[in-house]
Amino acid sequence: MLTKLHAKNRLQLLIGFLLGVAFGFLLQKGGVTYYDVIINQLLLKDFTVVKIMLTAMITGMIGVHLLVSLGLAELHPKSGALGTTVPGALIFGVGFGLLGYCPGTAVAAVGHGAADALLGGIVGMLVGAMTFATLFPKLKPILGKGDFGTATLPRLLKVHPWVVVIPVIVMVIALLYWIENAGF
Amino acid sequence: MNIFTMDRWSPYAVGIGIGVLSWIAFLLSNKPIGCSTAFTRSAGLLERLFRGGKVDEKPYYQQFKPQVDWEWMLVFGVLIGAIGASLLAGQFDWLWVPPIWDAEIGSNATVRWLIALAGGFCAGFGARWAGGCTSGHGISGTLQLAVSSWIAAAGFFVGGIATAMILYYVILA
Repeated sequence: MLTKLHAKNRLQLLIGFLLGVAFGFLLQKGGVTYYDVIINQLLLKDFTVVKIMLTAMITGMIGVHLLVSLGLAELHPKSGALGTTVPGALIFGVGFGLLGYCPGTAVAAVGHGAADALLGGIVGMLVGAMTFATLFPKLKPILGKGDFGTATLPRLLKVHPWVVVIPVIVMVIALLYWIENAGF
Repeated sequence: MNIFTMDRWSPYAVGIGIGVLSWIAFLLSNKPIGCSTAFTRSAGLLERLFRGGKVDEKPYYQQFKPQVDWEWMLVFGVLIGAIGASLLAGQFDWLWVPPIWDAEIGSNATVRWLIALAGGFCAGFGARWAGGCTSGHGISGTLQLAVSSWIAAAGFFVGGIATAMILYYVILA
C-alpha cells in the first residue's frame, strides 16, 4: 500500500477535493442531480439512478478487489447491526422519497441551481445530523441490537472474495441487460 | 458535439467513471467514497460556533470530530464539480420547484421548501443512524460486499419507493 502517500495530510485533502470534483461532475452528467430523475426512479418509471449505481458498484468491485489481491488496498466495510442498519436505512428512505435527493446529489444539485436542495435538503440534513448526534447516547441500546460487525458476504460464506465477486458481477450485468431490454 | 458541453452522458459511462473514482480513492487515500459523515462534521462545526468547546463533549462528535477532513473536502469538491459541469453545459438555473413537483403537487415554493426540509431531516438523521448514505453504503459499501451496506441499500430503496408511491399515488390520488 502507498502508506507514505496516505500519511500526507494536506495532500490527502487535495486528493479528496479532486475526487469530489470528478464525482460531482459525473453526477451532473448522469442527470441524478435532478429531482425529476430521482423521483421517477423511486416511482419505477426511469432507471437511470439504478443503472448508474449498479454500474459503479460492479466497476468498483472489480478494481477494488484487484487492488486488495495485489496488496495495494484494504477493505473498509462499515459495521452494522439490525438495530442500526434497518431502521436507519428506512428513515433515510423516507427522507430520500420526500426530498428527492440524497446527501451527495443534494450538494451536487445546488450546482445547477436547485434552491430546494440547498435551503430545504442541505439545511434539513444538517439539522438531522445534529439531532442524531444529540440523541446518539439515548439511541445506543437500540443501535447495538443484532450486531453483525464488519461482516462481508465472502467472510460470511467462508469463501474467497472472488468466488462472490464474479457471480455478483455476472448477475448485475444480466439484470442491467434485462432492465434495458424491458425498455426502462 | 463536445462531451464536456453535452447535456447528459450514458448512465453506464457515468457509472464506470464513479467506479474508477472508487479505485483511485482506495489506492491513493485508502478510503471509500462517502458523503454523509461530512454532514455530521459540518453540523458539529456549526454547533461549535454557538456552543463553543462544549460540542466536543458529545460522544458522537468524539467519534466524528467536527473538522474539515478528506471526506468533507470530497463533498465540497462535489459542489464545485457539479457547478463546473452545469455551467459548461449551460444548465445553471435557480429553481425552487422541480418540474414534476410543479405539475403534480403545485408551484407553491413554500410547500416544496417545507417538505424538502422534512425530507432532508429524515435523510440526514437516517443516514447517520444507518452509518452511511447512498454513496457510502449504496456504492462504496456494496462494492466491498459489506453485509451492512447491502441491507442498507435495500432499505434506502424500500423506504424511498414506498414514500414516493404514497406521496404521488395515494395522497395525491
